Amino acid sequence: MGTFAFLVLAALLIGSALAVVLHPNPVKSAMALVATLFLLAIVFVLLGAHMIAVLQIIVYTGAIMVLFLFVIMLLNLGDEEVPTEWPRVVLRGLAGMAGALMALQLVRLVAGAPLGRMVDAPEGYGGALMVARSLFTDYVLPFELTGLLLLVAVIGPVVLAQRRGR
Amino acid sequence: MSRERATNELWVPTGVGAVLDQYIGVLFTFVIGAVVVGVMVSASALLGGRRRTSVKDEVFECGNPSSGPARGRFSVQFYLVAILFIVFDVEVVFLYPWAIVFRELGVPGLVAMGMFLTILTIGLLYEWKRGTLVWE
Amino acid sequence: MKDLVLSLIAEGGALAGVPFSLAAPLVMVAFGALVVFGFVLPIAGITSWLERRVWARIQSRIGPNRVGPQGFLQWLADGLKNLLKEDIIPSAADKWLFSLAPYLVVVGFIATFAAVPFTSSLIIADLNIGILYITAVTGIVVVGVLMAGWSSNNKWSLLGGIRSAAQIVSYEIPAGLSVFPIVLLTGTLSMQGIIRAQGWAPWDWFFFYNPFTFAAFFVFFVAALAEGNRTPFDIPEAESELVAGFCTEYSGMRYLLFFLEEWGNLYVIGAIVTTLFLGGWQVPAFTDNPMLLAVAQFGTFFLKAYFFVFVAMWVRATLPRVRVDQLMTVCWKYMVPIAIVNMLGTAAWMLFVPETLGRLVQFGMTGLGAVVVVVFFRRVRFHLRRANLKPSDYYYSPII
Repeated sequence: MGTFAFLVLAALLIGSALAVVLHPNPVKSAMALVATLFLLAIVFVLLGAHMIAVLQIIVYTGAIMVLFLFVIMLLNLGDEEVPTEWPRVVLRGLAGMAGALMALQLVRLVAGAPLGRMVDAPEGYGGALMVARSLFTDYVLPFELTGLLLLVAVIGPVVLAQRRGR
Repeated sequence: MSRERATNELWVPTGVGAVLDQYIGVLFTFVIGAVVVGVMVSASALLGGRRRTSVKDEVFECGNPSSGPARGRFSVQFYLVAILFIVFDVEVVFLYPWAIVFRELGVPGLVAMGMFLTILTIGLLYEWKRGTLVWE
Repeated sequence: MKDLVLSLIAEGGALAGVPFSLAAPLVMVAFGALVVFGFVLPIAGITSWLERRVWARIQSRIGPNRVGPQGFLQWLADGLKNLLKEDIIPSAADKWLFSLAPYLVVVGFIATFAAVPFTSSLIIADLNIGILYITAVTGIVVVGVLMAGWSSNNKWSLLGGIRSAAQIVSYEIPAGLSVFPIVLLTGTLSMQGIIRAQGWAPWDWFFFYNPFTFAAFFVFFVAALAEGNRTPFDIPEAESELVAGFCTEYSGMRYLLFFLEEWGNLYVIGAIVTTLFLGGWQVPAFTDNPMLLAVAQFGTFFLKAYFFVFVAMWVRATLPRVRVDQLMTVCWKYMVPIAIVNMLGTAAWMLFVPETLGRLVQFGMTGLGAVVVVVFFRRVRFHLRRANLKPSDYYYSPII
């Protein structure tokens, strides 16, 4: 049952991920990305990581995808044309090769994983409690630094957007 | 055989039963929501009339013939709001675990979160002072 | 839910002999179908009729009163009418996304009901991340709205969709932040857990817990109205500027579905507010009969939640629309800072205010609340008397 659900999800996930890359229209590409991220959240649910699943939906499908769509609509991007001039063809080839290398590495990693020796996660693993306990005791400094990073993320776009014309 | 069982455990560590307990209901509301829309839309497509004319298929602009492209560029303001939203959304994400264990954390927890929020409020104040929050 | 399943599969129950692992999902699925068809759809429809009647009453009009007693069947008539309308997809529209958008909007809305409680045991799924889950699925609606706006290939639709999305995401922040005072106090995100942490008496509600939760309630309710695109925040659908906003090009059933979401969402707002601040289904333990108790709990929860639906109607009939610049200013310059202060204030309150003082504050605030209610009704009476109306002129009489 679990395996079956996972296989169906995985097939859908790969399908929608391919649609993200291959669809010529940027808005539809973004919609496929929404679907991909949502399906990924369901995989998290199957893995018992409920908190991460919901945060995934809130942050990615709810927030980041809205930003993506804003940008796409802001720039009024049309359908992407298949490139014919040589620099872009070469770049595409290079990107494809890099992707293939990454896939190869991933396959190697999964094949070498100690599947027989997996242990069950401790009770409450991945739940909000466990995340919170470590985040606010051992990892307080990285947490505050994340705050600084977010501050930069707020200020950066304002500086960029207001540089011209004012 | 043994390998197959091991992979199963890897995929579903908490057991399918635990997931089914709660999330079958959630999944079902999603399915039933889609069914409601599907049935209503297809019933309307079956029962409703169908007389297409070129005027009916046109974009609605209050009776005028439509003019110009529909998808013009629009203000960068929307983009800035979206950025601000993402940053605060991520902040909210950090707040959830903090709020749950706050009783355990006590004063150090309040201090840690107070600092974090102060840093973010600087960003909000900066946008405020630069006038980004004012729409024209 | 678990108790309910256990009682059903116990000897003499309807599902006697069925193993728990099979009975639990069965009961859940049956209950889910019952909730959607027996509760969500009728409540959205009836709200649409009641809203028109309430506005009419407030604005000295009559409102729909022809179909059925007092026009009660108006919502069914409207549904039927839209069912028989032609389903137009403009030729310039993006066919796929245009048809997909209502799915996202309605599924995102109906899915919230999975975590909305009805009584202490009736809830489709009491997720341990309940309130977080509701926030998450509401996010799907935003994507649907943007999709509807973009795919229509219409200037007003696109502008309406983008305004709507900007508004929803902006107000999600104060609404999200206003949940934290409650989460801090209860230490749980489960809807039922939050209700269990309160009591049936008003002084045990989080509404009157301390000044910060009291303020958080108002921030949350206003932000939730704005998220639901309700007047005074219905700028995305401002008829005078944008025709019908993101649903300009929609017609017939698909158009109705967007409004199904809007009206149904009112109940969701009421239910969340009731859960977080007003003690949910808590009733005094007046009887041992679980059936009777469940009915009382359902009635309590429903009345509290529907009261806020009524308040939303009242607000809509009373206030004019705000401007788009005021909308953003109110959100980021007032509500977000206030929400942050509420949260930190509650945290500090938990650490530094002794329990007896906290208790006194609870009673004091409840008393103050009672005084406000009394003053309000005295004021209403004063104005009615000054206007020299006979009681028969102003008593609410639904029959016109």
